[in-house]
Amino acid sequence: MDIGILVKEGPYNHQASDTAYKFAEAAIKKGHRIDAVFFYNDGVNNASRNMDPPQDDRDIGNRWVELCQKKKVQMMVCIAAAKRRGINDDVLIDCGEITGLGNLTDIAIRNDRLVTFGD
Amino acid sequence: MEDNEDDEVVKKIMHVMRNAPHGTIYTYEGLEMILIMAAYDQDISVAFIDDGVYALKKDQDTEGLEIKGFSKTFKALDGYDVEKLYVDQISLEERGLNEDDLLVDVEVLSSTEIGKMMAEQDVVVHH
Repeated sequence: MDIGILVKEGPYNHQASDTAYKFAEAAIKKGHRIDAVFFYNDGVNNASRNMDPPQDDRDIGNRWVELCQKKKVQMMVCIAAAKRRGINDDVLIDCGEITGLGNLTDIAIRNDRLVTFGD
Repeated sequence: MEDNEDDEVVKKIMHVMRNAPHGTIYTYEGLEMILIMAAYDQDISVAFIDDGVYALKKDQDTEGLEIKGFSKTFKALDGYDVEKLYVDQISLEERGLNEDDLLVDVEVLSSTEIGKMMAEQDVVVHH
């Protein structure tokens, strides 16, 4: 099955981005394809390269980068939501792409499922 | 899923407004998402449940919040061909509201009916 993921909450503050990541990992392991992760609302903060968590904690930013690089999952950030929250190309994680909600619409249309993680 | 004239896939996409219009940004950014998706010729509907019904309340005044009011944008949705607006009856009742308190024509449905419609969607996005 082809799956798109929508993440609507910020990293560390809310479990949504952890669960989204775990879901993606498990789905890929089962043989499904994760087409893209789209970050919206405070979820855009997942795409900040400035995250610097304590060493004994998970590195949420790097996890997304690895998912992108190793499993070819696109990482998309809504430009309108990003601009409000100070996320731009200067602070974007590797393989992150700032884009529009039109791309989310395409993700919703072309995949078998769009799975939302939020409050 | 059904085919339109151009043989393009048309998906049933439901947006669910569940939060009060102010206090968090969910409703406002949800509305922005609806407006973009409306341009893609999909079968869009919006359901208002729980505190989400307040989004459609008449006579909202956001001046004191220093936030630009956006409730009128819900009124403009039919101009974007988003005409399927569903409101959960029990959510209205629990808040002492009825259809006359809302600024736009909606279809008031039972939770069961809205649940059934959700199950028929290709995509459901909660805001």
